[in-house]
Amino acid sequence: MGQYLVRRILTIIPTLIAISFVIFAVLDLAPGDPTSALPETIRPEIRQQIRKAMGLDEPFPVKYGLWMRQFFVNEPLSLIENAFDIQIGDSEERLRVTSWGSRGVPVMDMILERLPQTMWVVGLAYLVAIVIAVPVGVISAIRQYSVFDQVGTFFSLIGYSIPTFFTGLLMILLFSVKLKWFPMIYDTNLSIVDWDSFVQQLRQSAMPVAVLGFFQAATLARFTRSSMLDNIPMDYVRTATAKGFRERYVVIRHILRNSLIPVVTLIALGIPAIFSGAIITEQIFRVNGLGALLIGAIQLNDIPLVQTVTFIFAFLIVVFNLIADVIYGILDPRIRYS
Amino acid sequence: MAIRTDTASAENLAAELPQRQHRTLWGDVWLRFRRHTLAKVGAVVLALLVLGVLAGPLVYTVDPEYSFIVDDIDSINQSPSVAYPLGTDDLGRDTLARNLFGGRISLAVGVVAMIVSITFGTLVGVLSGFFRRLDNPLMRFTDLMLALPSLPLLLVIIMLFRDSLKSLLGPELGIFLLVVLVIGILGWMPTARVVRGSVLSIKEKEFVEAAVSVGTREPAILWQHILPNVLSPIIVSATLGVAAAILTESALSFLGLGFPSNVPTWGRLLFENKDFITQNPWLVIWPGMFISLTILSINFIGDGLRDALDPRQRR
Repeated sequence: MGQYLVRRILTIIPTLIAISFVIFAVLDLAPGDPTSALPETIRPEIRQQIRKAMGLDEPFPVKYGLWMRQFFVNEPLSLIENAFDIQIGDSEERLRVTSWGSRGVPVMDMILERLPQTMWVVGLAYLVAIVIAVPVGVISAIRQYSVFDQVGTFFSLIGYSIPTFFTGLLMILLFSVKLKWFPMIYDTNLSIVDWDSFVQQLRQSAMPVAVLGFFQAATLARFTRSSMLDNIPMDYVRTATAKGFRERYVVIRHILRNSLIPVVTLIALGIPAIFSGAIITEQIFRVNGLGALLIGAIQLNDIPLVQTVTFIFAFLIVVFNLIADVIYGILDPRIRYS
Repeated sequence: MAIRTDTASAENLAAELPQRQHRTLWGDVWLRFRRHTLAKVGAVVLALLVLGVLAGPLVYTVDPEYSFIVDDIDSINQSPSVAYPLGTDDLGRDTLARNLFGGRISLAVGVVAMIVSITFGTLVGVLSGFFRRLDNPLMRFTDLMLALPSLPLLLVIIMLFRDSLKSLLGPELGIFLLVVLVIGILGWMPTARVVRGSVLSIKEKEFVEAAVSVGTREPAILWQHILPNVLSPIIVSATLGVAAAILTESALSFLGLGFPSNVPTWGRLLFENKDFITQNPWLVIWPGMFISLTILSINFIGDGLRDALDPRQRR
């Protein structure tokens, strides 16, 4: 297992490098000039100097190499410095990836500022999804073809088919416009100081969390159900029942434990997807998170910011694929690594 | 449960059989598909939607861009009425006409993007399943593509190439091609994996061995023996691919990065009208409902096809 883990972690390095290359190449080879947004009154020779200062005239491999160093050496170093309040080498001279849109603010600082909002919404949504989906999937499978199962299956198909941007708008229509239960727009500046502001925070999170959570719950419930159904006809279940264990005990201690192995893997694999889903949800409810940062950066043509946020999404996918693999190995001893 | 439906279907078949001489593969599929209630409902709903957006603008000849403010100053943000069956938007344009027109584009994007992704996915899947030497590099490539964050990357690519394609091919065709190509190119990976798996298992079957032993050349084996047998996973993923592509296009348009404002796709209509939700909720309910109905019915059809095409159910 240990050896497998090391080997598996080593394989993500070439993957990440390949992804960074794709992201860099797409943005670099694309038509369009970053100085085109500057005022027309700037003289051509000055424009040329700006291009040069930005490193735009270098050949592609040089630009990629410089970007790699900024991205994989300078940024992590600065992150460590900020986290532990120490200084490593000459940090004043170190070039950081800076935003074009926000006048040289380091991109990482902007991302760290936005991350908590996204994490709060995404984390809560996933928790809601798991809490709903697993019991629904389990009961549907045990009582296959019962009314509960049919209703559950039908709703999970609907939840899976209705896009989040429509459920979000419907919720706004129902709960904000008609019933006035929840605020329409998420207030990011709200700081939790007392009970009232905590309730306020919960109220404004309710709809974004529900929209993201229900969508994810639909997928998870379908999967839990089919995983349970795979295990129910197994011999070990019959043995356990024959030994006289009560149904509840067999379901929880035998079937559920085995059925949850692929479900846990799917939960890990779904985390990047829910971050992507947050891009849309944040747009509906105006949550000032990572997704909103990306959309804003795209509209402003802020290439460094777009590159970094996109790479963070890719990083999440790669890391959670790894976590899913490892969890699968830990939970299921039948998997052998060779 | 399973046994009961089996005998019931056998009786159904027996009742229909006397006048039929023989049963074809596709005839069987059709029979099984018709027994799948949800799939049938989905097929009917989808047929109505397709018919509506194709024939609708011919029957309902209101210009989707025409603003009725010119005739009547009160004709903005109207609820459904006799004059405007689905109401009007904030500029006094007819919602039904815009939704019919938008549906054409949304469905066209779905179908064409699916064709792109299925073609590419099948090609990669067949090549890597059939030629052992290509398997590893192609599958590594597929894994890499799967690790790319598709929604952010879609947004980025569309933002970057939108203007140059617009000036090259015109705003409508340029964006259509861009959206379709990008959705297709970022969506072929699941198909490739499924097809590769099927090819790998079919390649080991005796009939392929027999074909090889009588001297059939490789292209003929691929086309005549392997491809027809991997058709059913391809058909299922093509069906679900249309839904996925429509969903992606709507999401792009909803984020304001899809088609320009004079091309009202369903997602674009949601994006434009979401700010008027308090004044006139119908504006978002209609396009959202059309998207959801389309995707739901395609998913039902996909489920039904998966069951109908399953050779284990054939008898």
